[in-house]
Amino acid sequence: MIRKTILRGLCLKGLWLYCIAFSSLAVGATHEVKDGESIQAAVAKAKAGDTIKVFPGTYHETIYVDKDDISLIGIVENGEWPHLDGEKILNDAILYSGNGFSVEWFKITKYKGNAIMGQSGNNFSIRNNWVVDTGLYGIFPEFGHNGLIENNILSGIEDAAIYVGMSDYIDVRNNQVFDNVAGIEVENSRHVLVEGNVARNNTGGILVFITPGLPIKSSYDAIVRRNFVTNNNTPNFAIPGSLVAGIPSGTGILVMSGDKVVIEDNIITGNNTGGIIVTSGDFVTEVASDKDSDPHSDQVEIRNNVMFDNGNDPDGEMKLLMLSKFSTKGPDILAYQSATEKERGSCISRREAYRSYGLEEWADCDAPTVRAADAVASASDIGTTRQLTTKMLEAPADPRIITADAGGAEVVYNGICAGCHAYNVRLIGPPALVIQAQYGDDAQAIADYVAEPVRRRPDFPNMPPQGHISEEMRLLVAEYMLGLDG
Amino acid sequence: MMSVLMWRSCLSKLSLSGPRARALGLCTFFLWLPLSLTADEHRHSFELTTTCPAGFKLIEERRCKLNSLYDNYRSPHDSGVGGPRAGLPKIRDGFSPQVIDLGRYLFFDPLLSADNSIACSSCHDPDYGFADGLGRARGINNAVLDRSAPSLWNIGFFDTLLWDGSKSSLEEQLIGPLYADNEMGNRPDQLIADLRSNAIYQDLFTVAFGPGEIQLDQVYTAITAFESSLVSLNSRYDFYAHGLQTALSPSELEGLNVFRSFVSRCGECHTPPLFSNQEIAIIGVPEPKGRPFDPGAGASSGIPSQRGGFRVPSLRNIAKTAPYMHQGNFESLRDTVAFYNGGRGHAVPEDENLLIHWHIWDPDLREEELDRLVDFLHALTDEGFMPEIPKRLPSGLTPGRAMNRNNLTSR
Repeated sequence: MIRKTILRGLCLKGLWLYCIAFSSLAVGATHEVKDGESIQAAVAKAKAGDTIKVFPGTYHETIYVDKDDISLIGIVENGEWPHLDGEKILNDAILYSGNGFSVEWFKITKYKGNAIMGQSGNNFSIRNNWVVDTGLYGIFPEFGHNGLIENNILSGIEDAAIYVGMSDYIDVRNNQVFDNVAGIEVENSRHVLVEGNVARNNTGGILVFITPGLPIKSSYDAIVRRNFVTNNNTPNFAIPGSLVAGIPSGTGILVMSGDKVVIEDNIITGNNTGGIIVTSGDFVTEVASDKDSDPHSDQVEIRNNVMFDNGNDPDGEMKLLMLSKFSTKGPDILAYQSATEKERGSCISRREAYRSYGLEEWADCDAPTVRAADAVASASDIGTTRQLTTKMLEAPADPRIITADAGGAEVVYNGICAGCHAYNVRLIGPPALVIQAQYGDDAQAIADYVAEPVRRRPDFPNMPPQGHISEEMRLLVAEYMLGLDG
Repeated sequence: MMSVLMWRSCLSKLSLSGPRARALGLCTFFLWLPLSLTADEHRHSFELTTTCPAGFKLIEERRCKLNSLYDNYRSPHDSGVGGPRAGLPKIRDGFSPQVIDLGRYLFFDPLLSADNSIACSSCHDPDYGFADGLGRARGINNAVLDRSAPSLWNIGFFDTLLWDGSKSSLEEQLIGPLYADNEMGNRPDQLIADLRSNAIYQDLFTVAFGPGEIQLDQVYTAITAFESSLVSLNSRYDFYAHGLQTALSPSELEGLNVFRSFVSRCGECHTPPLFSNQEIAIIGVPEPKGRPFDPGAGASSGIPSQRGGFRVPSLRNIAKTAPYMHQGNFESLRDTVAFYNGGRGHAVPEDENLLIHWHIWDPDLREEELDRLVDFLHALTDEGFMPEIPKRLPSGLTPGRAMNRNNLTSR
């Protein structure tokens, strides 16, 4: 009852993700996996809405979830975690494409590719995971709409620890990333909130990028807020040829080709090359250019960041660039683009507070003082992002399913059946007209037959089984076929 | 009585030798009436079908629209890329059944070449996944071309065409081979004269496009319409993507997981559902022995940084289209996947400084992982919507077929 009340509260407040995650705990079945058992075997058994609880133990597996609304929940007991160990043999710990996927409370180590990688799953939640050296990436949702990455701890990743790729409406909150090449990377993505994270001791702390040559060409509307971006001075250990191999050690926040990026209320200290670098993709010479993506960083707003002790030992090219500006130190803030920036709409608050270069044509923007009474967002925050709490959607994104109704039946009929069955002419299978004459209005008989067809007509080839279509949908499709009139 | 009615209805919608020629059998099924063509009926025997190709549905104004299970998914920003359940790029559809069927005749008809020796289908043969089974395609007079004939399955989804990505529409593309000296070798004036002097084609164009003399752009439109009807979206992989968890075998599933892993990164460029992101990628394959380096998109686009780049091809029906890469650089799928495991830039000539794509690296996959990748690629085969090869053509010529058909059985 209490849970129900809480649930309702969360749902009413629009925090639907919690609503779904917890309600699925309540309504779906629970599968338990103990040390020595297979997590994937539990995934195979699970249905939409089910939860898989994984108990402490060591699991050497690649888990893949290509069905919707599965929650994979680690159970930590007495400090003992369920541990996914790739032994540097396995590629990925967890791959998902299903919508509404949740994963929590796993320790994941020694994979070659990723800890958690998503491809096109919407409405995901990745929380409370502890990731150490899982190869290229730690947490990498790709092509996803609407997701939460929260309270994860990641280290030892040779590219980006948290990598939001070609995705939209994502919150990256309260994670801790350290000893990686890139801490948090937002690439070719839109509507992303990066808030309250600790990005320390990486090569680069937080990056907002456009990578050229990807099928989704833009990166805009990112808020990087209230993060601790400190001492990101780890020597770059990325694989040669990768994009992040070019990131200078000592980079706090790097914006390259991203538009409408707000960098606000962060603490950025001790980054030896520079605190914030805003640059243009056309300086990247290691990658073939892409005429369809704009290399410039436009409408960047840098507001009210606390910065000191940056630029103590600038790396490589930055050192040369700063020498050309008669400085041996790197900057707090550097804007380094190939075109005049005036019209590009970027702005900075309290510019006098920082050692900055290349901001001459940036406008000034507001950064109202926060008083104790305003600790929560208030009217005085107009012009900042403080009133905004999330970039996630109020309602779940399109879950990408074929609806079990007449419209869905038509899609299934034309997408599969019509390849072999025309209305009145013989294709590979008999015409719908002949089937109508045979079955009359007995759609159920067709629905049953097609699940496991047996050969009835010697002059036609065997029909392939269509048991992959749900029973409900088979019936709808059969009704659709019997109703065809031309 | 019933059977007579059905027979009439049947005949009225039937094309006796259109793509659904076997429908004849259906009519005789309804009425025991043997039909045979007389000489007088020859001209009329080329009626165009009123039925849309498999997978397409007739909508208003004689337009055929593709229906696929992917229609109910969206892709981010309508990009046509994503994971298993993402929408496709927009296809070139909306052509009439008649225009598509006319395109089918034209596609197979050697009348379109200068000396009536080869057709589109000579390099895009249905038996070879609408490629030709050769490393480098053969044009007129057996001229050996510089590159391989790409498969046409699902080509209607592409707006980046040719190996170098230099064309953006099928109409624009097909003008190339029609008139290139070493491909079909024709000239626009000869092509149009040949078609106009053929009474059957004149009839068919009238049915498809309305009255008037045959125009070249009608030829291009019809061939485009037919090529865009070559759709392959019902492989076992697709059934898995749509939710049938048992559609793939364990070894194919293992292969899928290698394929989509960020270690192999196959799926990063060969992005589902089309298995191509249509981008230009520089991967640095070794050219066949004795062949000069092919600059690919670097030459056609004029962008120096794209030197050695080629458009990412789709992998659908890839098991049907050996050999692989832009000039048949690899004989088998196994050799092809092994290339990607060979290390970044390992085959780039010493005097070339290519900006190899960042996804090309040293994934250090195990031999059995390469085997599983090949297993998975075979699960992308689906030729359920194969069109019928015309038995006869309006020109009276024999439909063009791939030149190495003798090797077909030994493959």
